[in-house]
Amino acid sequence: MVYMRESEIGSGVIAHKGLTDWLLQRITASILIVYTIVIVYEISTTELASFEGWVGIFSQVWMKVLTVLASIALIYHAWVGIREIWIDYVQPVKIRISLQIFSIGWLVGCGVWIVFIIWKI
Amino acid sequence: MGRKKYRNIMIWQLLGYRLPAAGIMSILHRVSGASLFLLLPFLIYLFGGSLSSKDSYIDTIALIKSPFVLLILAGLCWAYIHHFFAGIRHLLCDFHIGLEKTDTNKWGIIIILSSLLVTTGVIYMIGGSLL
Repeated sequence: MVYMRESEIGSGVIAHKGLTDWLLQRITASILIVYTIVIVYEISTTELASFEGWVGIFSQVWMKVLTVLASIALIYHAWVGIREIWIDYVQPVKIRISLQIFSIGWLVGCGVWIVFIIWKI
Repeated sequence: MGRKKYRNIMIWQLLGYRLPAAGIMSILHRVSGASLFLLLPFLIYLFGGSLSSKDSYIDTIALIKSPFVLLILAGLCWAYIHHFFAGIRHLLCDFHIGLEKTDTNKWGIIIILSSLLVTTGVIYMIGGSLL
């Protein structure tokens, strides 16, 4: 077993600075809090049981912009969080890096999918 | 009876370990985040289906009404709300609010219970208008 310092693990591939992560996790969280409040407001003032009412929420341009912005925040927020989980529980470096790369693909895929959905409304 | 002390806890001892309320809230923050990560594609699938056309909207509502999907969505609803509240507590901690030892457990209990309560309310309201 080769002993590695935390700073060396995964270095060069997915290296991060703790403070940047900490700050971005809070900025993205704040964006998501604002988006949640907006969604709750929109839903509470809309007739959800009709297709027109539901689509109406997301067909407004400002809502499309906000949704895409919130999605980017969500994707980044989820990445910082899930990376922390892999670092805490998965010690073998190769498996951890594989899981991290899988997570990036998973999240980027989700982000692109959301943009497509919004684009087509 | 006092809390049992562990030097280096083994995985089979976890169930006997009495985690304080703040600890339960904290691990649930992680569990809820991980479940949202794993089921995000499913949520996006429902989101897209509900918006692409009137027919697919009707299909999506029908899908949501099936008991299994309803159960998963109720779980994810809780996950989002718990993560939301625990996250706000985290932000308050950054401003040194609620960091006293007596406060942390009080907040743990408040967040666990209010998440469950709000989840029940949200399911009741959305369920009432959709199902």
